[in-house]
Amino acid sequence: MLTNSHTPDAATQVEMFRRMALLKANDERSRKVISTGRLIMPYYSYRGQEVIPAALSVNLTDDDYLVTIYRGIHDMIAKGLPLKQLWAEIAGRIDGTCKGKGGPMHLTYPKKGIMVTTGVVGSSMPIANGLGWASQLSGDGRVAVATFGDGASNIGAFHESLNLASVWKLPVIFLCQNNRWGEHSAYAKTTPVARIADRAAAYGMAGIHVDGNDPIAMYGAAREAVERARAGEGPTLIEAMTFRHYGHVFGDADAYMDKAYKAEWVAKDPYPIFRAQLIADGAATEDQLAGFERDAEAQLDEAVDYALGSAFPGLEQLSSDVYGEAA
Amino acid sequence: MSDAMVAEKPAEKTAKPVTILQALNQALADAMAEDDKIVVLGEDVADPEEGGVTGVTKGLSTRFGETRVRSTPISEQAIIGCAIGASLAGYKPVAEIMLMNFTTVAMDMIVNHAAKLRYMSGGQTNVPIVIRTMTGAGFSTGGQHADFLEAWFAHTAGIKVVIPSNSADAYGLMRSAIDDPDPVLFVENMPNYWTPYPAFDAGHRVPIGKANVVVGGSDITIVSYARMMNECQMALAALGEAGVSAEIIDLRTIAPWDQETVLASVAKTGRLLVVHEAVVPFGVGAEIAAVVQEKLFGKLKAPVARVGAPFNPVPFSKPLETAHVPSAAKIADAAIALVQGNH
Ligand SMILES: Cc1ncc(C[n+]2csc(CCOP(=O)(O)OP(=O)(O)O)c2C)c(N)n1
Repeated sequence: MLTNSHTPDAATQVEMFRRMALLKANDERSRKVISTGRLIMPYYSYRGQEVIPAALSVNLTDDDYLVTIYRGIHDMIAKGLPLKQLWAEIAGRIDGTCKGKGGPMHLTYPKKGIMVTTGVVGSSMPIANGLGWASQLSGDGRVAVATFGDGASNIGAFHESLNLASVWKLPVIFLCQNNRWGEHSAYAKTTPVARIADRAAAYGMAGIHVDGNDPIAMYGAAREAVERARAGEGPTLIEAMTFRHYGHVFGDADAYMDKAYKAEWVAKDPYPIFRAQLIADGAATEDQLAGFERDAEAQLDEAVDYALGSAFPGLEQLSSDVYGEAA
Repeated sequence: MSDAMVAEKPAEKTAKPVTILQALNQALADAMAEDDKIVVLGEDVADPEEGGVTGVTKGLSTRFGETRVRSTPISEQAIIGCAIGASLAGYKPVAEIMLMNFTTVAMDMIVNHAAKLRYMSGGQTNVPIVIRTMTGAGFSTGGQHADFLEAWFAHTAGIKVVIPSNSADAYGLMRSAIDDPDPVLFVENMPNYWTPYPAFDAGHRVPIGKANVVVGGSDITIVSYARMMNECQMALAALGEAGVSAEIIDLRTIAPWDQETVLASVAKTGRLLVVHEAVVPFGVGAEIAAVVQEKLFGKLKAPVARVGAPFNPVPFSKPLETAHVPSAAKIADAAIALVQGNH
């Protein structure tokens, strides 16, 4: 049962939608820029999963930590990653967050708590534990979130991390974005339990199974986990059910997916549903929401121009930042 | 081991010999006393679990508390991940992976993450962690508990690798490793933990990347590290009898290795023998040989030679295990052959 404090007020819902509008527009722009050949990069579309980071991020502060994965640009933008530096990074330019040396799978922006992006399935979790341990040591109340996919819950690091986080009562949230496929393998082909959230019981940890496409329910789940972590009561495993609309990686033709199944899920796209709901509830007007969408496009116009106009790193960057200067 | 570990005592110079184990314990204690951002984690490292399987961390949790010295589950990926995350948030973790072979279980965390986060973040983050681990043949532990895998890590940009051979270097390298802003793999040698070596000044540092010319000589340079330094020194008698003057260099740091010191020595002697306990193919000796022939081609009086373990897993059976590890006799024979032109 969700308590009232776990239901977002109208203003929070509108803010969640604003973030979703930015995420959706960013994904659409990314696919467009890649398909017109203006950028070459591996791109893991998150279209369809926007509710999850929108609902999580409104419960976090800039000081809270995020460790995310290759399919994580939505997580990061929601957490405050500036679009110009994001785009310059994925374009491999010197003005990118990581001087062009990280790219789309290794975006990092500590100013907003975006500490690590990993391209290795499962590896977000052990590192989030360390960030949570640091909060616990210093008592600064920060929460660390590891996001990952359903496939990642079959990696050994999942077990080690959940076990350690639970026995040490770390302020960590393990956020599984269950989009029902790991690359081309359907969930049931690889995972014998009905729900990943059920695995939490094996670690004596709270487990929440939630519809990750339902903004209100997702907000409640995130809120509960954040409150538990801040209160020093330990970690939570959240399994947020969702769907990725554009396959594993850009160019994936989805041949492994049943067409009717996919159509059913695309029809459940949370974006238009939430948009209509906000207007129907009187929480927002059409003009207001359209304004967010126009604003997102304008921000993206600026970010893409900035990125493509930015210089590539000089070759002196090739071998710098390998080691620091000894003190 | 006596219970009166150095962690309990103030750091002081003592004339009494010190074991490597005591030196490491003292280095950790001195560093922790100076900087409360230094934390220790690993399997059984806290005192209720006996302060580590060999006692390197004994006394630390009693003195600094179990929040700073924390025994972990048997979860190597989680241990290194936890160290990485805490370091990103301003701590300086010293993580123990009980045996070097078990680093293989955490390779993703070490190689893909610890070593690369500075670079991949464009210098926005860094990972100042020390990974302590021990290894070495001689305890009949067979194929999964005694490997020297330093070349694997030295082959990875972003991580440093140090291996002390005596107590003063163990202390000084540990202090430097903790000071260092990047991940340092700190390899300890099980067979010589309990060997007494000359005392040292508390607080002293051995710079990372600096080799030590232990014995001067003119006919041949012998480069080695870790417990093989003992064997090299024991080879000196036979070398002397054969009229061979050997210069012995303790590398101390594998990555980045001290090219300057090694090249200066080989430029003088014209001959080089590299000795390590790791298997020979693709080992540290191969890299040193390549650099030396590149830089000193034409000045060499003999081909660069290597002595190391044969290319097989560490065997269990005592005679085989003994034969696996390079000995003083093998080292002397190889060096004499190089000098006498019998290579
Ligand atoms: C350790 C590891 N194994 C394999 C891969 C290749 N790979 C990349 S993404 C992926 C699927 C992961 O699926 P899931 O965890 O469900 O996340 P999703 O991509 O669906 O968001 C695989 C197998 C990898 N990056 N890392």
